[in-house]
Amino acid sequence: MIPVIRAENLGKRYHIGLAPQKYQTLSENITNALSAPLRAIRRVQTPKMDASDTIWALSGVNFEVNQGQVLGIIGRNGAGKSTLLKILSRITEPTTGSLTIRGRVGSLLEVGTGFHPELTGRENIFLNGAILSMKRAEIESKFDEIVAFSEVEQFIDTPVKRYSSGMYLRLAFAVAAHLEPEILVVDEVLAVGDAEFQKKCLGKMGDVAQQGRTVLFVSHNMSAILRLTQESLVLEKGQLVLRAPSSEAVDFYLSAGNTDAGERVWDADEVPADATPFRPMALRLRDRTGNVVDTIRSIEPFTIEVEYRLSAPLTGLRIGIYISTSRGEYVLTSFDIDDELFYEKHVSRDAGHYLSRCTIPADFLNGGRYLVGVNASSYHVRRYFMDEQALSFNVNTAGAPGMQWSEARPGLVRPRLEWKIEPK
Amino acid sequence: MEKEAILKVEPNTVVIRPTKGWMAINLRDLWHYRELIYFMTWRDLKVRYKQTLLGVSWAVLNPFLNMVVFSIFFGGLAKMPSDGIPYPIFSYVGLLPWGLFANALLNASRSLYSNQNMVSKVYFPRLVLPLSSVLGGIVDFGIAFLVLIGIVLYYNLTGITHLMLTWQMLTLPLYLLMALGTALGVALWLSALYVQYHDVGYILPFLSGFWQILSPVVYSTTLIPAKWQVLYALNPMAGVVNGFRWAILGTPTGPGPDLIISTAVAITLLISGLIYFRRMEKTFADTI
Repeated sequence: MIPVIRAENLGKRYHIGLAPQKYQTLSENITNALSAPLRAIRRVQTPKMDASDTIWALSGVNFEVNQGQVLGIIGRNGAGKSTLLKILSRITEPTTGSLTIRGRVGSLLEVGTGFHPELTGRENIFLNGAILSMKRAEIESKFDEIVAFSEVEQFIDTPVKRYSSGMYLRLAFAVAAHLEPEILVVDEVLAVGDAEFQKKCLGKMGDVAQQGRTVLFVSHNMSAILRLTQESLVLEKGQLVLRAPSSEAVDFYLSAGNTDAGERVWDADEVPADATPFRPMALRLRDRTGNVVDTIRSIEPFTIEVEYRLSAPLTGLRIGIYISTSRGEYVLTSFDIDDELFYEKHVSRDAGHYLSRCTIPADFLNGGRYLVGVNASSYHVRRYFMDEQALSFNVNTAGAPGMQWSEARPGLVRPRLEWKIEPK
Repeated sequence: MEKEAILKVEPNTVVIRPTKGWMAINLRDLWHYRELIYFMTWRDLKVRYKQTLLGVSWAVLNPFLNMVVFSIFFGGLAKMPSDGIPYPIFSYVGLLPWGLFANALLNASRSLYSNQNMVSKVYFPRLVLPLSSVLGGIVDFGIAFLVLIGIVLYYNLTGITHLMLTWQMLTLPLYLLMALGTALGVALWLSALYVQYHDVGYILPFLSGFWQILSPVVYSTTLIPAKWQVLYALNPMAGVVNGFRWAILGTPTGPGPDLIISTAVAITLLISGLIYFRRMEKTFADTI
């Protein structure tokens, strides 16, 4: 069988200096503007970029995909997934190697690209179709189908700026979904929209796969990966570290990065430059007695601690944790200065070395595998750092209420509730 | 025979690899995306006058109001010589190609930046964007041109002028082509530079204002001393505006050796712009 996609020694290097900067504050913009002439002069003086100014977002990646295969791609943020997809959709060029593609690539990265708010739904369908390289005749023949799929028939001649965000997304997705590419690339977009619509999208993806087309599916949602793909690629720091049946790949991914169980330590090169002045050091899970563990007992409290340094004083900084299931459902989000009194006391922090920790009470989580994420941000100002899947841990329910029955209990929490039984 | 037909339906294979050095202008790719050029032009036109009270009349009002203001200040107060032509017609005929050029230049130079969402998300030949911006201006030009016919009829009927259809008018499309080619050439440079240096956005209004002063839009080219005429001809728009006046109004500013200089500059701008644009094209999505 001839592969429809073949990547050979694929690599992409970025100049850090050219990387887009996010979350700039006004004062930063002003200082940037004031120092711009200076930097321009410096740039002229040192025109050669040295190796430390570049990062390899992807390097030495080799793989083949056969026709009709549904392949998952998993990896942490910055592992190179989006770079790979960008090369696949010909948006950016690789620095090394080659990628051979047989057939049209349609990507759900592109949902709604080129949509103009002033144009009507009908007009946008034609425009967007043309942007996605559909011929006019092709769009005309599929027009009714697209409109039906999007469920916006009544508003098809209304400018899309009057649409709700749900309608807008449905229409945009409908066009992309009817491109009928030989190779379909699906990114995290499915995270948007309501549950009903997500179901529809995944259904469409399944249809595409059944028609013998090839699908590449990128997601952080491990249950969707397990449900929709047979095989997955795991990317780590720009390299392909594993290609295996999806169940194996998901296990590998969830336990990767935690070589020291119960602890995630960040090396300097793993922290994006734009996190400064925040520098995450480690995230740890400790049991009741203070040992670092990767399995906790549901009937005992445990502690989550975030160790970090600030290279400059910060006001408004809040350190947050997320707990989510390995299927991508959130259990909770909490910040270290949620408490009002605490907020007043710690809203400004000096430069230094800190530990923010919180205790998760006993009889809280149900058994299973969970992920802990970290977030360091100033509300509405800037996000310094985020890793939604920094660490994974297991919860063991031995001794929890109801353990006399061996059945699995649905639900994320397993509280010890006070029941009363009385004759009436 | 049958076998050959089957071979042709094979899906087209694309090999994506780093391109080295100067790329050839991929006209086949551009042709494949011709419908996108059409749709982008159509979108720009459609959107331009949406939610405006006067709609497409702005295409006319713009040069018309300029003509009125120029006629009062330059024609009336400053008594600019206008080669014996009533100043309003004289300036309107200059404003027509100038407006086409300036709009094409501004819109096409901003085209990559203002469509960055498309550039960073979808593949298509990037040339589509500046090209469709330039083409969009032709429709406005056409409407403004109809008004010119009205103005000429008015002046003829009142006996002030005796303008007639002449064979020289057949050269108008060539001058138009030169204005569009120059605008596209400069816009190819500027749009590609805009991606990396947003300073271009601030330079554009200044550049267009400065360029207008250097073109014989509000004044007659006869004001320029003879020894500067060759230097003056380096501006292709001088040739275009003079050509328009010669073709429509019969002024003595017809094609001469100066036009060869203007044309050579226009072609140089266009070709160098195409080469630079193609060279930078592969980095657009990374830097925008």
